[in-house]
Amino acid sequence: MKRSLFGRLWPNVTAVVLFIGFVFPVYWMFATAFKPTGDIISEDPVWFPTDVTFEHFRKATGVDHFWTYVSNSLIVTLCAVGFALVVALAGSFALARMRFKGRRGFVIGFMMAQMAPWEVMIIAMYMIVRDASMLNSLVPLTVFYMMMILPFTILTLRGFVAAVPRDLEEAAMVDGCTRAQAFRKVILPLLAPGLMSTSLFGFITAWNELPLVLVLNKEAEAQTLPLWLSSFQTAFGNDWGATMAASSLFAVPILILFVFLQRKAVSGLTAGAVKG
Amino acid sequence: MTVQTERPPSGPVDVAKRDESGPAGPRPRAASRAAALTPYLLLLPACAATVLLLGWPLLKDVLLSFQNLNMAQLIQHVTEWNGIDNYKEVLTGEDFWRVTLRSILFTAVNVVLIMILGALVGLLLARLGKRMRVMLLIGLVLAWAMPVVAATTVYQWLFAQRFGVVNWVLDKLGWHSMADYSWTSSQMSTFFVVTVLIVWMSIPFVAINLYAATTTIPGELYEAASLDGAGAWKSFTTVTLPFLRPFLYATTFLEIIWVFKAFVQVFTINGGGPDRLTEILPVYAYIEGVGNQHYGMGAAIAVLTILILLGLTAYYLRIVLKQEEEEV
Repeated sequence: MKRSLFGRLWPNVTAVVLFIGFVFPVYWMFATAFKPTGDIISEDPVWFPTDVTFEHFRKATGVDHFWTYVSNSLIVTLCAVGFALVVALAGSFALARMRFKGRRGFVIGFMMAQMAPWEVMIIAMYMIVRDASMLNSLVPLTVFYMMMILPFTILTLRGFVAAVPRDLEEAAMVDGCTRAQAFRKVILPLLAPGLMSTSLFGFITAWNELPLVLVLNKEAEAQTLPLWLSSFQTAFGNDWGATMAASSLFAVPILILFVFLQRKAVSGLTAGAVKG
Repeated sequence: MTVQTERPPSGPVDVAKRDESGPAGPRPRAASRAAALTPYLLLLPACAATVLLLGWPLLKDVLLSFQNLNMAQLIQHVTEWNGIDNYKEVLTGEDFWRVTLRSILFTAVNVVLIMILGALVGLLLARLGKRMRVMLLIGLVLAWAMPVVAATTVYQWLFAQRFGVVNWVLDKLGWHSMADYSWTSSQMSTFFVVTVLIVWMSIPFVAINLYAATTTIPGELYEAASLDGAGAWKSFTTVTLPFLRPFLYATTFLEIIWVFKAFVQVFTINGGGPDRLTEILPVYAYIEGVGNQHYGMGAAIAVLTILILLGLTAYYLRIVLKQEEEEV
């Protein structure tokens, strides 16, 4: 009896400990961001902030060029994801639905490309961009970010396209649709969750990218949020309140997207489409 | 790095069993030739982008590695070929080998920790009741979703010398010498912080996917095992483990590749310091090349790193492709 109680207890106790371990850093980021400075630099940590202040957020967003960084990050990320989706949709349709010579080769090629060591190639990319006189511009960033997420987007969408039942497409074509129309009216709506989840992961990668922008764009007008955040702590000494407010601002869009979109995006839309 | 959060999908790829060129009987030859070209045309933009934006930088990297390219040459825009001098200098120098060994050890420690702890958490998820499982899953997803740069900044704060929570806890636990400890002051303590950060970030991927994989194990297998008199441990080694083996192989290699090129965490926590003692290969290539402006040398280091990664990637792809063939 005693043993079975223990047997039921330890997984739950471990789960609680693990939960605290995984959540605490995220919690501590938000908690510090909202705490008055006095509570941040107290000898004993204030675990639960009682006085809430927005002072740190004001300081973080009051930095020179803050809104430039925000709009740069948004422009670069959204454009990269958008272009990647369009290019990948065409490619993944071919890979999932058509038989042709060398298809397997293309798949392997994109799998290799997905593993590309971008972190190591920055010197070459710097030289290429410099020779093209495009340093401190958002264009090379957008284009390279597009490439960083393209292989993943193609390979993931391929799975989603293949999961759309072929009968639906054929039925539409029997009803008089051309292949292009069938694609637009039948497959595309069913692909919506797939498009959402792939663009989510693409968004995260582009939003997070640091090494390339670190090397390419030295001027403040062309920098993005990751660069701002990574230099924030150095620039502000040990102002942890403002640093954590900056981190929170940077992380919140991703956390929201991830937590809410992932489940929605993963659940298939096609489940009931063929029945009946 | 975050993008490859999913195993490359291996869904029903070969759905297309029929020939694409003629679903509706015979067609004019021109039309069927156009149909045969369609897949290549659809793939053209993606392939062009890959060649231009990935192939060219790779080639450029190789070309640069055969050049004497420092600050002077960079400013004057001159190209000075120097054969294999960069490689000679890198490979005969002590630094490169020391950094390589360090990278391998760093990767090994991290991946072992990630895989063992991740697998344990995954198995725990399978054992928990529904409410506790959802709670733990929420925690894991939060850690998983945390952007790398933000997570790194938070860890700097957790391990801060003054007012950092970790030092406070260690002090309260009776380790008073840690009360004002500077974690970035020594090689091992810096690596410790980076390792905790990477393991914390990586466990959710392994645990959640492993849990998802265990739910696909047919229950009959366990019944059969228990009929044969197998205990908990025995049924784990004879049913669970063989079932998960392909998944574990693929994930291990994915983690090796990711950890090996963990530039952002190492670079942001301490810039490869103190005294360049925590540089791993990608950081070393960056600091030699861009930081110290020995661009040719940096490119040579990069090429060597890429070769190592290529070997790892090829091995990973072999595992994944074999799996995909078995599934189809």
